Amino acid sequence: MEKQTVIELRGITKRFGASVIANNNVSIDVKKGEILSVLGENGCGKTTLMNMLAGIYYPDEGTILIHGEEASIRSPKDAFRYNIGMIHQHFKLIDVFTAAENIVIGMDDGEKYDIKSAKTRIGAMSEKYGFHIELDKKVHEMSVSEKQTVEIVKALYRGADVLILDEPTAVLTPQEIDRLFEVLRAMREDGKSVIIITHKLNEVMAISDRVTVLRKGEHVKTVNTSETNEKELADMMVGQKVTLNIDRPLPENPELRLNVENLTLMGNEGHLVLDGVSFDAYSGEILGIAGIAGSGQRELLESIAGLHHLQEGRVTYYNPKKDKPITFYHKTFERVMELAEQGMLRYTDGREFTGKDESGKALSKKAICAQVEAGEILFKEDEVINLREKTPLQIRELGVRFSFVPEDRLGMGLVGNMDIIDNMMLRSYRRGKSVFVDRKAPEDLANKIVESLQVVTPNTHTPVRRLSGGNVQKVLVGREIAAGPRVLMAAYPVRGLDINSSYTIYNLLTEQKKSGVAVVFVGEDLDVLLALCDRILVIAGGKVMGTVDARKAKKEEIGLMMTGAVVGEQEKQEGGSL
Amino acid sequence: MTLFFVSAISIATVLLYGCVGEIITEKAGHLNLGIPGIMCMGTAGGCLGVSLYMGQLSSPEQASWFLLVLISLLFSLVFAAALGGVYALLTVTLRCNQNITGLAITIFGNGATNFIMSFVDRTHFDPAGKLISSSLPFAERLGGFGSVVFGHGIFVYLAIAAAIVCAIVLNKTRVGLHLRAVGESPATADAAGINVNLYKYVAILSGSALAGLGGFYYIMDYIKGSWENAATIEAFGWLAIALVIFVLWKPNIGILGAFLFGACFIVAFVIPDITPTQREIIKMLPYVVTIVVLVLTSIRKKREHQPPASLGLPYFREDR
Repeated sequence: MEKQTVIELRGITKRFGASVIANNNVSIDVKKGEILSVLGENGCGKTTLMNMLAGIYYPDEGTILIHGEEASIRSPKDAFRYNIGMIHQHFKLIDVFTAAENIVIGMDDGEKYDIKSAKTRIGAMSEKYGFHIELDKKVHEMSVSEKQTVEIVKALYRGADVLILDEPTAVLTPQEIDRLFEVLRAMREDGKSVIIITHKLNEVMAISDRVTVLRKGEHVKTVNTSETNEKELADMMVGQKVTLNIDRPLPENPELRLNVENLTLMGNEGHLVLDGVSFDAYSGEILGIAGIAGSGQRELLESIAGLHHLQEGRVTYYNPKKDKPITFYHKTFERVMELAEQGMLRYTDGREFTGKDESGKALSKKAICAQVEAGEILFKEDEVINLREKTPLQIRELGVRFSFVPEDRLGMGLVGNMDIIDNMMLRSYRRGKSVFVDRKAPEDLANKIVESLQVVTPNTHTPVRRLSGGNVQKVLVGREIAAGPRVLMAAYPVRGLDINSSYTIYNLLTEQKKSGVAVVFVGEDLDVLLALCDRILVIAGGKVMGTVDARKAKKEEIGLMMTGAVVGEQEKQEGGSL
Repeated sequence: MTLFFVSAISIATVLLYGCVGEIITEKAGHLNLGIPGIMCMGTAGGCLGVSLYMGQLSSPEQASWFLLVLISLLFSLVFAAALGGVYALLTVTLRCNQNITGLAITIFGNGATNFIMSFVDRTHFDPAGKLISSSLPFAERLGGFGSVVFGHGIFVYLAIAAAIVCAIVLNKTRVGLHLRAVGESPATADAAGINVNLYKYVAILSGSALAGLGGFYYIMDYIKGSWENAATIEAFGWLAIALVIFVLWKPNIGILGAFLFGACFIVAFVIPDITPTQREIIKMLPYVVTIVVLVLTSIRKKREHQPPASLGLPYFREDR
């Protein structure tokens, strides 16, 4: 017997601004008593589509039918009226309230406000579906999984018959995921409809009855889970390979520049954001990092740049300094003495530099400084610098030439209210000894960048926040490259950029690679990663899934790795053996 | 000693009105630094009411206590709420910076009050002040205890009642739950179907109206209708904002806190043989104590003792 249809979406289109189409003519339906997975890559419009059911957005075109009748969902309140509840990725809970208070909030059933009777009702409901919930516990004392439970109970308490969960498993442990799935199955038995937004194929296979696949805002296909497999779904998700025209020379004399080992970072919510990440970056190559958004890419780059306190792991930088003089780039006298103690330094004539003269008497600071300045002291070997627990400033003072193009351009990269020149100075303000900063050099640099990268701006005195996204990005990348890096890390440098600006950035990265820089590129478009990079590191859920040769790898292969399919199976086996 | 307690309670009343008003506003996520100016404005309104009522009587003796209190109360509430409304319009609807708007409101309120008072007929302020501050007749017969507990005008008891009602509403009712939700996380409240802007407006308007009574009480009751300028009231306004932090945004503790602040303020005038320098140092005590409380609560980091999470932040639904 065919199940009754609860919700029908007909030809839904949603645009953001003039050019971005989040959903294009999407038609799907949801049936009573089923679990439907909405599957797709990051940015394919799955959350946007569901937000239109939850009243966060309103569709530009198309209709939503609920129980066969046309519905207009203009606010979350409307969504409740249609018995639709959505659990967002970022929980909408109030930290200082108890679970019970969070559940009843916003409900005005006309009755007297009575938290006790509400608690009894919640208790009965929890029993029915098998929730574990402490109603008097404050939200800020809860684990992520407990918070999620509160959100689900909150939706059910409002009488939701259709429950939408946006990536519910992203922050849960395998045991918690099992428990969540049990609850969802209990709800299905009770005749409720559950929609899960996800990109994890193994979970789709485990829990859902049907799967809807979206790609680049369009509906690809809806299939019964029992009639498909992970491979087929992955193919549908990533689509056909598109050939891009990006010049990609072979790396020349790659040398190890950066070694990251077993990097482990705990997130604010108490789960591992990075879990034992290890990789090497070589000079003269572009290392791509692929993964679904939020898999730890951002934290990985920030950790290397010295912005996080690591739980475990090592970050080592190999400075190609062999037979080159030590300079006062290494500002401190102490650093020179430290290197001398490690036996890293020698004089130009081959004698070892120990900080002592021939008679064994320690040289004065002044004498050593004079020798350093005269270029008489050389490195014996390439300098190896441990970067763990170093601040960005310390890293710079150690002579590590890192450039970092962060994901958050106007938050971390540039100061929006300052003009291009002032933003250039953010990297050079420590130069010179005068009380006054040198404005001439940054001004020249700003003009050079505007000219060479064709930044569209009235002049270099315009606040950068007034520039368009692509031009902001050019200013940022231009500044970072002008610093003459040996390692260039760029996170989503083409996000939100039009095709021409994107190519400008690709060419800049390739030029850097040709000049011997180790480039680390975090991207989201697999076609670009495959065309631009030499090697691609794939991460999922903070773990390294593997490294592939970008010249040989297949898009589907990476797509499958990104969804953590391999990991999922391993964990299941571990769980089974327990 | 009796005089000390009576005076401390009087100052406490001024502060309690401002404090409870500010708590209501802050619980909605709005740091209203305009409270000192709004308290001035409430004074101007109340005084205008008094002068209009007294002016149409043929002799001050005819004045009815009930009508005088009612009319001046309404005028005070309306004037204070009106200035609060300007703040609400600027910060809620137009999403201006709350701190800057608040400071502007305070400066404006102070000036506007001096302006209004310059043409208000103050001839009958003296009898009106006596009438408003009149206490229950049996109070004095009960000796020291009687004058401390019963020897105040109606506005003292109104302030305590307001604080208690406010505490109950905030903690025991649905409206209070929703209001706290708005101040903690407007996005969550919005998603839960709460009309965020309505709550903010109502909270700011009622908080402002209540705060305005503090200034009016000070002029009409405490100093019995004498008027110099708005500066003293503004000073009390700042102290009231400090008090909000001191009592950790809890109106019921506010009653005790206000008394303590009032005592600190008045003790300087009661201790005999004290130099002006020493007096000013003692008057600083409340601020020192507030800073200590701030430091202690931020060290302990107990979530319940922190200001509302969205305090000072504008809310715009499409902003995400």
